Amino acid sequence: MKLFLALLCGLMLAATACGCGQSGKEANTIEVWHWMTDRQDAFEVLARKYEAQTGIKVKLALFAPSDAYTQKIIAAAQANILPDVYSILDKKAIVAAFIKAGFVADLTDAFQMDNNAWEKSLFTKAVDVNRFVEGNVDGVKPGIYGVPIDVGSQQLLYNKTLLRQAGITRPPATFEEWLADIDVLRRAGITPFVSGFGELWLIDCFASNYAFNIMGEQKVFDTFRGKVSYTDPDWLRVFTIFKTLHDRGAFMNGIVTKGNKLAEQDFAVFERAAFTFNGAWSVHVYRQMRPDLDYGVVPLPVFNPALPMVSWGGAETSLVVNNLSPDKDKAIAFLKWLTAREQQVFLFTHLYSLPVNREAMAGVPENLAAFSRVMETSTHPKVWPVNEDPLVSEAFLKGIQAIIIGEKTPQAVARDVQLVKDRQIEKASQP
Amino acid sequence: MFVKTNGRYSNTKSLDAFTNFLFIVPAVTIFIIFYVYPFFELFNLSLYQWSGIGPKTFVGMRNFQELATDKVWWLSMGQAGYVTLIALTFQNALAFALALACDREIRMKRFYRLVFFIPPVLSEVVVGFLWNWMLNSGTHQGHQVGLVNNFLTHIGFPQLVHDWLSDPKTSLTCIAVVHSWKGFGWGFIMLLAGLQTIDRQLYEAARIDGAGSWRLFWHVTVPMMVPVIMVVVMLTILGSMQVFVLIFSLVNQGLVYHTDVPVIRIFSSMWGTNQFGYACAQAVVFGISLVAVSFTLKAFSNRIKQV
Repeated sequence: MKLFLALLCGLMLAATACGCGQSGKEANTIEVWHWMTDRQDAFEVLARKYEAQTGIKVKLALFAPSDAYTQKIIAAAQANILPDVYSILDKKAIVAAFIKAGFVADLTDAFQMDNNAWEKSLFTKAVDVNRFVEGNVDGVKPGIYGVPIDVGSQQLLYNKTLLRQAGITRPPATFEEWLADIDVLRRAGITPFVSGFGELWLIDCFASNYAFNIMGEQKVFDTFRGKVSYTDPDWLRVFTIFKTLHDRGAFMNGIVTKGNKLAEQDFAVFERAAFTFNGAWSVHVYRQMRPDLDYGVVPLPVFNPALPMVSWGGAETSLVVNNLSPDKDKAIAFLKWLTAREQQVFLFTHLYSLPVNREAMAGVPENLAAFSRVMETSTHPKVWPVNEDPLVSEAFLKGIQAIIIGEKTPQAVARDVQLVKDRQIEKASQP
Repeated sequence: MFVKTNGRYSNTKSLDAFTNFLFIVPAVTIFIIFYVYPFFELFNLSLYQWSGIGPKTFVGMRNFQELATDKVWWLSMGQAGYVTLIALTFQNALAFALALACDREIRMKRFYRLVFFIPPVLSEVVVGFLWNWMLNSGTHQGHQVGLVNNFLTHIGFPQLVHDWLSDPKTSLTCIAVVHSWKGFGWGFIMLLAGLQTIDRQLYEAARIDGAGSWRLFWHVTVPMMVPVIMVVVMLTILGSMQVFVLIFSLVNQGLVYHTDVPVIRIFSSMWGTNQFGYACAQAVVFGISLVAVSFTLKAFSNRIKQV
């Protein structure tokens, strides 16, 4: 009896171990992994519609939040169990690593079929986010490796009611005008600005926009290449923008540790701040939080009138096709269908996401359209020829936090960031 | 020593040994797969430069050398130590005091036991958001939004109103206090259970010998509670050094480096800067530190028991 029990335990363990393997994929099915909780229902409707039209079942798996999704994708890649369609929510270098490891299909031929019909139907900047150009620093074969399903950009949003209360008649176009508005708002007892600066990527967008405006793209890229120092006067101007805003009392208390969701509540639900910096998705968020919120959308006020204010934007969400999938062609056909006008109108109607298909833009309300107007002049780290070392980026963003809380001066932060940059350059030069 | 008497007896013994071995196979297998192998794999990965995907480059001990001079890492270790110190003192003193109170015949003690155990069963995310709202330093139309600042204003201490989570002087202490508030219930339950196992006759005998409340506490309660206290101390240290979710839900990606603790640095190296190899080296060093602390405490506990 004792031996029988022991053997039974062993067998159960073996059975458990055998059951840990991946179950076989259903035939005629495309598996899609995503993280967008707010879009799951709309995607399910589209999946059913696609199955009715083509007989191909689309199985959607939701893994949220996005951090957990990123970890899931990397773990799945390491275990070689990626689905047919997924997304890489990471830096371009990591996307390149996925491509070089053979996990991402080159979609160039599909995009360029029928005289580039698919590519032409979508916003160019959104497609560019997924494009690797000739001679790219990542060493990836030139081509298009992802399908954008919506677009967006980061802009300055202003509460019309609060601005009216303070006697401000139009949103600021220049940084000087913005500072003047901030003073007026402060005198009226209104907090001028809130944003989710506890999420460092928002600081990154804000600072990058001003860096491009102050010194132009080339100088920013030359800094990333190590040819320009962060102690350069132009970079000091970028850092000083945050100090100026801090000194003028523009920032809501606690802004550096505030998550974007709380900042959205402050701006929309409680109307605690007159300005915010946020992305195109916020139109949908604010509509849910406060349907009657009276607000407008403009680009960040220009600091250097000699150069344009380039907004961080392009594809908001992109999906890639697993190159190792036996159903690669079916997956590509599904994504082509998903970006067609009809499906894009459906997604916009249900989710207020900005369509990636140009033809689906008709009927988009003003506040949302404002995010797409800057699309052709937008920029995105994934279209840059070179990206900053992640450790330098971390020092840069944490340094800006230190300026915002008044702990460090722009000069001190510039020196700190350059020290990290020098160290990374030295490290890269070591064998 | 096994004495062989005849073949049949030997076979029976061997069969018994084999059967016993089969019983522990599942546990040993699980232990090896989920504990031993991952640790060695972690150490193996710490010897590489790797972005998490694609080819790895062997760098030997370079990640560990870099870690030795990483000021932010050692700062994070110090900050975790600070959170742990607050938890060890404030949290456990509170837990012990409340356990002592509930061990006596006081009214509604069952209610108190229930209330004190609510914070530990709440999710860290929920606790984080709750305290985030309480410590909010924003204002709206001249009024404080956060409960703490609002309360301070109303009781006549507006000068104490503060940007609690975004000031380097207070942010880590706030995190430590919230962590202690969330964690004291565990200590409370364990210490209360320990107090209830102390034989009441010991107290009666001591009283007959003329001991007062203070002497009863120091010479009966504390010595009898040493094993439980050591367990609580060990669990507090291990739990506090690894605080992570609470920090994320209180201050998001952190206030500069002032709220970083080792687990956040490991997470940041792995997912923020894509240095998987370096993150593994950090994890190895951190893991070994915690094991060392555990063994030191165990040895200390054994010595106290002998005394």
